[in-house]
Amino acid sequence: MKNKVRVLWLSSIACNGNTHSFLNYPYLEQFLNDFEFIHHPVIDSEYTLKDIVSTNIACDILIIEGSISDEIKRADVKVVDTIKRYSKIVKKIVTLGTCATFGGIFRESGYKDTTGLHFVKEEKIDKFKNLVDKTISLSGCPVHPEVLVNTLYAIKKSVDLQLDDFLRPKDYFAYTVHNGCTRNEYFEYKVDKHQFGELEGCMFYDHGCQAPFTHGSCNKILWNEVNSKTRAGLPCMGCTEPSFPKNNLYGTKKNMGIPQELPLGVGKRTYLTLAGITKAFKIDRLEKKLFDD
Amino acid sequence: MISKKEKKKELIMQSALELFSLKGFYNTTIPDIAGSLKMSVGNMYNYFKSKDILAKEIIKYISIYLGSKLREINELDISTEEKTRKIIEIYFQTAMHKPEMIDYFLRIYLSTREVFKDGCEGMICVNEFVTEVMIYFEEGVKCGDLRDQDFFSAFGLFMGYLGGMVFLKGEDVLPKGLDDYIDDISYNVYKALSV
Repeated sequence: MKNKVRVLWLSSIACNGNTHSFLNYPYLEQFLNDFEFIHHPVIDSEYTLKDIVSTNIACDILIIEGSISDEIKRADVKVVDTIKRYSKIVKKIVTLGTCATFGGIFRESGYKDTTGLHFVKEEKIDKFKNLVDKTISLSGCPVHPEVLVNTLYAIKKSVDLQLDDFLRPKDYFAYTVHNGCTRNEYFEYKVDKHQFGELEGCMFYDHGCQAPFTHGSCNKILWNEVNSKTRAGLPCMGCTEPSFPKNNLYGTKKNMGIPQELPLGVGKRTYLTLAGITKAFKIDRLEKKLFDD
Repeated sequence: MISKKEKKKELIMQSALELFSLKGFYNTTIPDIAGSLKMSVGNMYNYFKSKDILAKEIIKYISIYLGSKLREINELDISTEEKTRKIIEIYFQTAMHKPEMIDYFLRIYLSTREVFKDGCEGMICVNEFVTEVMIYFEEGVKCGDLRDQDFFSAFGLFMGYLGGMVFLKGEDVLPKGLDDYIDDISYNVYKALSV
């Protein structure tokens, strides 16, 4: 039997969304030929959580799912203590999801001082400063299974991944979700006219789409290998960003007609100049339905 | 640095503006403009191929001029109320010292659409100016001074008001100079737009 990479999947304050997402990975069987979970909250594994928290079990990668607080316990042991115990053993730590990375939606939970492992929103925290060099952040609500699996394989093969300022692999997070969106023509010519779920229109102008300023690969690595939120007709909610979740996710916040958040790196004057030009033209093709009713 | 050709173009536009203001747009010919600059008509065409092209370049020239003045105001670290006043001041000053510019905007650009329909669609030729007005509004809303509303309802209120006053001045209807109205107009505009 070949040596598999041993992974501990540790659930903190989590909805298990990343677990569900992971179970949709189409090549799970193949993955499990190369990796084994010493413990996973829902997949059969060799050790119980009780075993995990009471002894040091050999392990290569620690995956943390969910937000972190000194108050949260699993198997009667503080999650932070389990993190401390296994961080000494493993080669790499992966914070899986926006909660484990930035605190995410569970910042709003009743647990005290809820954070991500190294960040609370954009702000860096020092609690696990000594683990920064070992950590790779994968933000997302949830994380695309391929992003997780590819990252785990990169660790297995000791690939030196380039990370951004939030420790996220640039392979997946150097892009914006806008990249690859099938609605780009509507974006370029500033045609919103969208109805949720329909094929036509760009949702940036009125419907709250955050894709032009959200880092992620949703339109490059499709969900279930077929689709993405924006392709299906729902706005990107910016789930990979430290600020997630914001309020009013289905409406674009504007000040006197100008979107409060502009496409990443685009200055206000540049945006308005382009907007002024494109708005002067009406492209009939983009005003019509793609398919007749 | 502006090239010699660009300088000459600016000179031609300035002369054309003055002639348009004096004789009207349709009554002014390219030979008139060339004559006022002691240029040959042939040479004039090296700079502008037609009167329509010149007309479009002039509106862009005015937009860039006013836009740059507004940008200076937008970049000042002052309240929206003070910005409002400064914009009104600069608009009226331009109307007083360069009346041909505002005149062109109001009497030619806005009312001779057939000349501008190709190449100046929408607000393309006045983009620099409109962009700065948008930024003034947007920043005013963002800092909580101005009420959020549709851009055009605010734009119409602001520019329509100022344009109207300059127009009345041009018609010699105003009993006082534009300067004398700055206080009241600034008060009215800010009061109308603020939260």
